[in-house]
Amino acid sequence: MHISPVLWQFLVKWLNASALFPREASTIAPYADELYFFLILITILGLLLVGALLLVFSVMYRKEKHPVATQIEGSTLLEATWTIIPLAIFLVCFVWGALLYFRIYNPPTNAMNIYVVGKQWMWKAEHPGGQHEINALHVPMGRPVQLTMISQDVFHSFSIPDFRVKREVIPGRYTTVWFEATAVGTYHIFCTQYCGTKHSAMIGEVTVLTPEDYQKWTQQSTSGMSLAQNGERLFASMGCNACHSGNAAARGPNLAGVYGSKLQLANGSQVLVNDAYLRDAILNPSQHVTAGYSPIMPTYQGQISEDGLIDLVEYVKNLQTNYRVQQTLTTSQSDQTAPITPEMVKP
Amino acid sequence: MSATSSTILNLPDQSTATLPKKNYINAEHGLLSWLFTGDHKRIAMLYLISITFFFFIGGAFAGLIRLELLTPQPDLVASDTYNKFFTMHGIIMIFLFLVPSVPATLGNFLIPIMLGAKDLAFPKINLLSWYLYMAGGTFTLAALVLGGVDTGWTFTTPLSTHYLNTHVITAATAIFIAGFSSIFTGLNFIVTIHRMRAPGMTWFRMPLFVWSNYAASLLMVLGTPVLAIAIVLVALERTFGIGVFDPTKGGDPLLFQHLFWFYSHPAVYIMILPGMGVISEVISTFSRKRVFGYTAVAFSSVAIALFGFFVWEHHMFIMGVSNYSALVFSLLTMLVAVPSAIKIFNWAFTLQQGSITFETPMLYAFGFLGLFTIGGLTGVFLGSLGMDIHLTETYFIVAHFHFVMVGGMLMAFLSGIHFWWPKMTGRMYPESLSKLAAVVTFIGFNLTFLPQFILGYLGMPRRYHAYPPEFQVLNVLSTAGATVLGVGYLLPMLYLAWSLKYGAIAGNNPWQATGLEWQIQSPPLTENFIEVPIVDHEAYDYEWLAHKTQHEVTTVG
Ligand code: HEM
Ligand SMILES: [Cu+2]
Repeated sequence: MHISPVLWQFLVKWLNASALFPREASTIAPYADELYFFLILITILGLLLVGALLLVFSVMYRKEKHPVATQIEGSTLLEATWTIIPLAIFLVCFVWGALLYFRIYNPPTNAMNIYVVGKQWMWKAEHPGGQHEINALHVPMGRPVQLTMISQDVFHSFSIPDFRVKREVIPGRYTTVWFEATAVGTYHIFCTQYCGTKHSAMIGEVTVLTPEDYQKWTQQSTSGMSLAQNGERLFASMGCNACHSGNAAARGPNLAGVYGSKLQLANGSQVLVNDAYLRDAILNPSQHVTAGYSPIMPTYQGQISEDGLIDLVEYVKNLQTNYRVQQTLTTSQSDQTAPITPEMVKP
Repeated sequence: MSATSSTILNLPDQSTATLPKKNYINAEHGLLSWLFTGDHKRIAMLYLISITFFFFIGGAFAGLIRLELLTPQPDLVASDTYNKFFTMHGIIMIFLFLVPSVPATLGNFLIPIMLGAKDLAFPKINLLSWYLYMAGGTFTLAALVLGGVDTGWTFTTPLSTHYLNTHVITAATAIFIAGFSSIFTGLNFIVTIHRMRAPGMTWFRMPLFVWSNYAASLLMVLGTPVLAIAIVLVALERTFGIGVFDPTKGGDPLLFQHLFWFYSHPAVYIMILPGMGVISEVISTFSRKRVFGYTAVAFSSVAIALFGFFVWEHHMFIMGVSNYSALVFSLLTMLVAVPSAIKIFNWAFTLQQGSITFETPMLYAFGFLGLFTIGGLTGVFLGSLGMDIHLTETYFIVAHFHFVMVGGMLMAFLSGIHFWWPKMTGRMYPESLSKLAAVVTFIGFNLTFLPQFILGYLGMPRRYHAYPPEFQVLNVLSTAGATVLGVGYLLPMLYLAWSLKYGAIAGNNPWQATGLEWQIQSPPLTENFIEVPIVDHEAYDYEWLAHKTQHEVTTVG
């Protein structure tokens, strides 16, 4: 459906100013609103049609005017009409909604990644550069941002109404959502899945900054250690480096460059190594034995928090050479920075 | 009766009329005769009383919820208490009111009579299912009195299994038991409809009310066991930590969602289908016409029931299910909307060429048509994948399901209660008061729930105890509407109770309707029919009725 752009702009301006409509603050929002107007239109037309039929028949065929009813069995033609037309309209809604769904849930490849951990009752955001925030999220305007989210306890659901995005945050698995903010300002983050006592207090605020302000913000609020550096420390302290030493004789597979590759498992299957796979391989190693290795890795279930897992995953993700592994082998308290690989996200 | 009168009410001469000397109500005396009855009509009355009782408890919680939401601050009660309120409201309304409402009261009373049978196939099981219902209700009240539950009626794991210290198992037991009540009712209906029809009562001569209850019974029998399993798993996980839903033990938290919605989606059809049956009867009677496209309406009930099993995942579109499965379930959801649309038009076209009067049941039926249309069309918003992302888990959902369940089902229930009240009790209710109640309910309903659609699009999450201040105006409107709606619900309670003693004597067939139930005395005899009726006409055959009435007049005179 194409509304004239001028009319559309006017409509959106007017609605944005009214209290009946949320602000449009992401690239998705206009698409969502377009579908919303279409659905409202259908609803109103449908309601008018049903209302008109009821009204007209009630007036024309009320007992005073029409004392004796004429019996009619039915009409195949009419039945077919009101089966096919609604079906066609619903199918349009289906296709339109599906296109929007894929737009909302398929992140662009150049999106920057931020981790979000939901817990009773707060949102904890972790930027790759080591900035942590609680019930707050700072993002740059005009850049696609992907959130990789997980819950530490129960189901939560991450919702930013002004961006028209929402996604369930689930214990035990990563879910993602992405958006590109289009207007500087602050917007509500709600938890929309009932999660116990303080569910309605699990509210946060997303602050959209201009790219320059965002740059400043990241510099001011860094904890001094990126997630990957934290992950490196954990890698050493939890003894991962004992086996994953990166050299040919190691008892565990080399982790450098493994992220994003297709891995051959001992059971014959092939998997794509992504965040979810890495997390799972740390928690349930016996189910993910790499071909050529024996199932000797212990499980880390219950020994590491979701935050820690994120750090480890981020470390492995950024591991392009064996240099860092060598470092962690020799010093378990490494604060030196590695040579920067081009792909590495640097705040 | 003059042709200019807008009523078809056909009451006997009030100066001489009395209730029939012998009927099911006075057949036996004493409380025990009710508590041990095998008569489907008495069991229906037991249900009616108990369901009304629970409806008003559920309604009181609705009032408390709305009162808390009058202001953005968490000022009336603490958040735990608020969470218990909406949980109780939900559990009671769904499991103790909506699911049994029409089938257990009107269905129980009418299905055997409509088929020309003396009783349901298994009268004792019928009584047992009332006791199970009451046991379920008692456990629910126990959970409430002992300190409440705060899982929400959806019992989401792992919240319900690991993180709450309230009376989850008591409430789960309540639902488990009440579920068996529903399974038994469904079984009883199915067997009765298959085996107990009077000679001549073919499948396609059955009233549509019977068809829709048949479809709902299929759902009760096939769906409810899955709920029972899900609930048992929750209890086991809580007590023994077996871990089926626990990711740290290799379980899957989404599994519970699948199991729960595999029942609970069909459950919305268990709730609405019998209501649709009521609407068919009422609209036909008050426009004096056979329902337009009888066969299509009958089959669409069964279609809704069958398709209803294949759309559960639309409650999980944002839960990280695969994009492609979401696609399939969205498509199926759109398909299941079609039979409902068909029915709306069938009902509207039943009016065409009719001879319409606007009695109270008809007003409620019109209310149903309007509200159910809105409820249904807003369901398309939610079936439409991308839109669902923004709307789900917000007040849009709350508004949508209240339009369908409360605007649809409750309107249908009230329509049916008014329609069959003269048959069940032998007396009429005060007419202008009942029409007033219908109008007040309609206005109050819209005022309560229309603002919630807007709140939902603005993003106000459901199950929130406190909310950002910009949402207040719409919430105040909604609470004001709830007050009006509350009055609309209280009125029928009062005048129906009044009518039991003072209402005009109704006679056998005050609406001049065609169903078999209207051809016997009101209130009926315990055995319904003195001799087994032989059915020689189609359903809704008003010409047959006119002929028969004339015949009776001439033979009597
Ligand atoms: C005066 C009438 C009513 C009002 C004002 C009302 C109000 C509400 C509100 C505000 C909620 C949302 C609670 C929340 O999500 O925070 C709610 C939930 C609900 N209502 Fe009602 N309601 C009314 C009648 C009914 C009736 C008659 C039924 C069923 C027959 C019903 C069934 C439900 C259910 C199943 C829920 C979901 C509970 C949950 O979220 O766990 N309501 N109601
Ligand atoms: Cu939460």
